[in-house]
Amino acid sequence: MAQYFTGTDYLLSLPVVLLTLFALGILLIDLMLPKQLKWVNAVTAFAGVLFATAGVWRIQAVYAKGAGGYLGRFAFMQSMLVDRFAIYFFYLFLAGTALAILISVRYLEIENEHHGEFYALMLLSVVGMMCMAAGYDIVLIFIGLELMAISTYVLVGFLRRDRRSNEAALKYLLLGAFSSGIFAYGLSLFYGLTGSTNLRAIGNALQHQMMVRNGHADPVAVLALITTATGLLFKIAAVPFHQWAPDAYEGAPTSITGFMSVAVKAAAWAMLLRILVFGLYPLRSVYLPLIIFVSIATMTGANLAALTQNNLKRLLAYSSIAHVGYMLLGLVALASVDYTQPAFYDGFKGILLYLMVYTFMNLGAFAVITSLRNREVIGDEIDDIAGLYFRAPTEAIMMLIFLLSLAGIPPLAGFYGKYFIFLSLIESKHYVLASLAVLYAVFGLYYYMRIANSMLMREPLEKELLPLSWGMRAALGVTAVATVFIGIFPNWFIEAVNWSLGLTQATPIAGLMK
Amino acid sequence: MPQNYVPIFIFIAIIGVLIPVTLLAAKLVRPDNPHKEKLMPYECGIDPVDSARGRYTVRFYIVAILFVVFDVETIFLFPWAVKFKAFGLFGLFEMLIFLGILIVGYIWIWKKGALEWV
Amino acid sequence: MLHLALFTIFGAVAVAGAVNLLVQRHPINSALSLIAVMASLSVEYLLLGAEFVAAVQVIVYAGAIMVLFVFVIMLLNAGEEELTRGSRVAILVGIPGVLIGAVLIAWTLVQHSGTGEVAIGALPGRPETIGWLLFHDFLLPFEVTSILVLIAIMGAVVLAGRPVPTSQQPRKEA
Repeated sequence: MAQYFTGTDYLLSLPVVLLTLFALGILLIDLMLPKQLKWVNAVTAFAGVLFATAGVWRIQAVYAKGAGGYLGRFAFMQSMLVDRFAIYFFYLFLAGTALAILISVRYLEIENEHHGEFYALMLLSVVGMMCMAAGYDIVLIFIGLELMAISTYVLVGFLRRDRRSNEAALKYLLLGAFSSGIFAYGLSLFYGLTGSTNLRAIGNALQHQMMVRNGHADPVAVLALITTATGLLFKIAAVPFHQWAPDAYEGAPTSITGFMSVAVKAAAWAMLLRILVFGLYPLRSVYLPLIIFVSIATMTGANLAALTQNNLKRLLAYSSIAHVGYMLLGLVALASVDYTQPAFYDGFKGILLYLMVYTFMNLGAFAVITSLRNREVIGDEIDDIAGLYFRAPTEAIMMLIFLLSLAGIPPLAGFYGKYFIFLSLIESKHYVLASLAVLYAVFGLYYYMRIANSMLMREPLEKELLPLSWGMRAALGVTAVATVFIGIFPNWFIEAVNWSLGLTQATPIAGLMK
Repeated sequence: MPQNYVPIFIFIAIIGVLIPVTLLAAKLVRPDNPHKEKLMPYECGIDPVDSARGRYTVRFYIVAILFVVFDVETIFLFPWAVKFKAFGLFGLFEMLIFLGILIVGYIWIWKKGALEWV
Repeated sequence: MLHLALFTIFGAVAVAGAVNLLVQRHPINSALSLIAVMASLSVEYLLLGAEFVAAVQVIVYAGAIMVLFVFVIMLLNAGEEELTRGSRVAILVGIPGVLIGAVLIAWTLVQHSGTGEVAIGALPGRPETIGWLLFHDFLLPFEVTSILVLIAIMGAVVLAGRPVPTSQQPRKEA
């Protein structure tokens, strides 16, 4: 029995195992901690993230020894595929989680809800994310998704005395469970159609069926694709499946809103790319019109709704939906060409780079909002940020950087995400979509500048200075430096994305689609 | 396989017939003489004063959901127990990991006081 | 023949129970018809040769989950559902919508030509085969499931069972 699993299997599950161990440790240690020492939990969680990062690093090192054209390793009877794509996402999740832990400590103390479960749930949701990014079997992907989603529902409702938090958790739970149901229905149809739960086997069987039917998709395959895609689009919060996002973002503890908008969203994207691009690649001509429609609807709906928002968290929720619209354009480009074309890789690169850049700039913006939370002030209205420049000039300038980056102003990181997506659109000859996207990007500038205007031009309502914890300082420093640094030296990061796509290798990522 | 369950289905079908038949037979045979006093609480009983449909405390819910969770855990023990010999020591460790994670959860809820009935 | 007849009968019971669940105004009645749906589904699984899933369906769904549902209904003391303008619109739009959706899905599934026939019991369904799949092919998903169950425990306690600090809310429940 034991001989079926080798050291490779265990090595590849190392980050997941480490995170689980640390989460369980936090649960047990938390029972022994007095109220003043709850910050120990945060330190333990942070250490867990560091250890998991070391585990990923170790996998990467062993991996790099492989010969050229070597794409990834399967583990646990092909239910897990740790390839460069997965490793890239592992790093993204861990970075997002580490930053979210840093900004949570003081916030939870102010809310008087500083419990160990908070950090344990965060770490366990990262376990779910890793299963989503590295899952090559729809069973593992689905369990990973539920693991991440259920922990997030609990984290959203963590402020038990806050009605908004409770309401948000309930709405998120109901819509999330509904979308998971639709998603599972689609996956079960694929299993019925192909007789396998493995993505590669599903892809091959679908390819074969397409060939038998002269390039036409089976109607059941179309039904399965539509239901699966609906579930996936729900999870990334694309219009018209976005209604849960603004409410959940507004009601959640602010540090969790940040966590949801980067790590959870990146995981949903990893799952979407895994399923739509790796597994269902033969059906790309079927889902292309769907994705085009959804991306236009997402950009239009989110940008229009963001114009009138007065709550910062809600505004950033709509902005994050708008960013999903831009990223979907990358998917449009990569699905409309063959994987031998440059547009395929530029679209893919755009999405991956966008997610990385977005992790830093969006979490930075949420860190600033989190720091506005005071004993008396909730600090998520646009009035609460008024005159921030006179209260905390450094923070205000950092916020300005994040906002300009979110708007995609050239020397900052946000520009490069959009750049590759627009490039891939032009390469795949979607000129109308490209110009529409540019138009909406200009649109976006307006509501980001509304925040900046309130921050820099208006008189502060509160006079007192903002106290910053060491964790918050560290998080703000890292996110701001990363946002500027990626903007000035994009090549290093583009190299990292190329690496994750295997472009530096004899067999690029497309090898997985054959 | 399903054929093995045919007796059970026949059994269920017989029950389905038997219950209405006996009820009907009883209705035809018994004397029918309704009276209001017969519905009153018997001798030492007390008359109901209020609706029985009050709100329950949330603690019942906690107990119920914990029951569901550990019920699901037990379900996983069945297929393992059936193939226990074939899995051997490795299977034992697989199950110990599974149970270990849940035992940590159990210790946690216990110490957290969620099982206490305040 | 008996097999097909039983499958059809219990399928009809499941659909009728589901419709009754929606039609009933009182949540307890809906919950009871959900038990009928669950039980007849478990018979369907049994007829398809999935013995283990059938047993799980009875133990977990018809047993444990239904207890939870009934507890929640008692907890909320939910009364009769009231008809509002919104629910009338939902009925007017929803019933045709559901019918169209059901017909579309059924039509699509009937259109599918490549369906092969499999003898009952040829596919994994017995506890032994499930055990083999669970502890060998799907070992990682299985272990991750235990984390999922742990999260469910934590979620229940965090959202509903954590004692509220007395300094904030001195009122105790009787």
